[in-house]
Parts: sequence; structure tokens; C-alpha cells
Amino acid sequence: MLPLLIGVAPFGLIYGVLARGAGIPALATQAMSLIVFAGSAQFIAVGLIGSGAPWAILLLTTGIINLRHLLYSASLAPHLRPLRPLWKWVLAFLMVDEVYALSISRYQRSASRGDTEAHWYYFGAGMTLWATWQTSTAVGIYLGAQVPASWGLDFTLALTFIGLLVPALTDRASRAAALTAGVVAVLAWSLPLKLGLILAALTGVLAGVLVERTAPRERPAEQPSSGA
Amino acid sequence: MPPLSLWLVIIGMGAITYGLRLSMIVFFGRVKMPEALRRALRFVPPAVLSAIVLPELLIPGGTFSLSLGNARLAAGILAAAVAWRTRNVFLTIGVGMSLLWMLQFIW
Repeated sequence: MLPLLIGVAPFGLIYGVLARGAGIPALATQAMSLIVFAGSAQFIAVGLIGSGAPWAILLLTTGIINLRHLLYSASLAPHLRPLRPLWKWVLAFLMVDEVYALSISRYQRSASRGDTEAHWYYFGAGMTLWATWQTSTAVGIYLGAQVPASWGLDFTLALTFIGLLVPALTDRASRAAALTAGVVAVLAWSLPLKLGLILAALTGVLAGVLVERTAPRERPAEQPSSGA
Repeated sequence: MPPLSLWLVIIGMGAITYGLRLSMIVFFGRVKMPEALRRALRFVPPAVLSAIVLPELLIPGGTFSLSLGNARLAAGILAAAVAWRTRNVFLTIGVGMSLLWMLQFIW
């Protein structure tokens, strides 16, 4: 758990710095961490808000980025089935990538379906991560006010994504998805309302599916996504 | 973005994210996710990340530039090599920013 928090805290910090740099007020920056609590979607939203994208594109992009939570939700559902609704609602809110990865492996190790300790483990991991995210966002907001724009810190956003993207390109299909999406995004860059991003993401996913279909032998095990 | 719409967007983003997280837990046993969707979801992160990164590198400041004079492109390529070799996000950011600052200092 500790290495995970050390890994998450700098992202919260960078998020806070970038959001302030994009002109988002301090209170709204913190509120996004409190309410949305989804690292990669928050990073992308900061980029979109900074470039003046309209609200519909922001919501659409959030939906696409966070679609992976459908997968998490589906895989946790059988384990959470015996719980009362209130527990389900709370645990669903805490379902970020890192917490999902920890708790699903905890559930799979536990012998019985109704393992109470596993639920508390999920809750504890989730709350700890949530608290770390809030604290590091607050520190980032404070630091963001001190860093001049000439440092080019906005580039850390692209570098963060490179760091997440490149190591995940382990098979032909995901390389095809990334390459197609990147090229389409550059070609469609001048489209209004940042529509190029949506178009690129959809074409990229389609390319990945098509390549996987032609080479089905080379399919790696499903992994939790690398987004923060 | 005006303050009111910014707040509405944040609340909307929260609602969408929470809805996705809650969906299958609540509808367990009643809705089955199509296999095709399950497979396609794997490609969402690489596609979206790449669609954001490539224009950042190739169209910095709004002008397309495929040359060594493009500091962000050079820094991004080195960062990608570091990411591939080390799989370490923070090292990737550190090396990329260092090269960007060096190139900006030189030119």
C-alpha cells in the first residue's frame, strides 16, 4: 500500500499545479479531486478546459476515459453482492485503478464469497488513497501559484502520459490502437471543439479491435489499466 | 470557461464517473456486458493517451513541426525511450523536462 501512495501523491501534486496553470480556480481544482476522484480523467479535463473545449466534449471525454470502470464494476460485482446498498454505494465511489487492483486480488485470495475482512480492506485502501489524493492536490494548488509559466510545466502532462502509454504497448493490437489514434489526432487537430480527440480515440480503438481479430494468437492477459 | 459552467462540468464529470463505477454492481445478474465491448475497452487507454500526446509533440503552440528544432518533440522522443526501458513514470518526466529545459536554454 505504501509504495502505491508514494506513487499517487506526485500525480495529485502535478494535477494541482497544472490545473492552476490552466486558470482553474483553487476551489474548483480541489472540488474536482473531491467529486470526480479519477486521476487520468482529471488530467485530461485540465488540458481540455485550458484549451477552451465546450462542456459536452469534457463530459464525453470523461465517459470514454472512465469506461474502464465498467470492467472493474463488473468484476467486483459478484464479491459485493451480499453487501447492503449503502456499502455498495460507498465502495463504488472509491473504485479507482489502484484500489481496484488491490482489492480484486484480495477478494480472489479470500476463501469465501462473504469475506467481511476483504470489504474492510477495500474500504481502507480506498479511503487512504482518497485522502492522499486530496492532500497532494492541495499541495499542488499551493505550489502552482509559485511556479512561473516560463518553466513549461504544462509539458509534464504529455510526459506523464508518455510514461503511462509506452510501457503498455506490449502487443501489436495496442500498438496499432495508439499509432492510429495519434496520427488521426494530429490530422484532425484543427477540427473545432476538440472533436479530433474523440474521433482519434474511436478510430484507435477500432484499429486495435481489427488488428486483434487478424492476429488472435497474440493476446495478453487482461490487466487493470495504467491510468492513475 | 465561466465559473458556473465549470462547476456544472465538474459535477457532471463526477456523476458520469460514479455512474460507471456503480453500474455493474447495482445491475449485477440483470445486465450482461457484450463480449465485443469488453474487448474494445482494452484499447481505450492507449488510444486516448496517444491522441493527446502526439499533437502535444508535433503541434506545439499551434504550429506543426517535424524537425529537431522542435524542443518538445525531441524531449518527448527521449522520454518515450526512457519509459520503454525503465517503465518508470517519474524518471520519464524528469528526463523529459531536463532535456526540454536544456534545449530551451540553448536555443
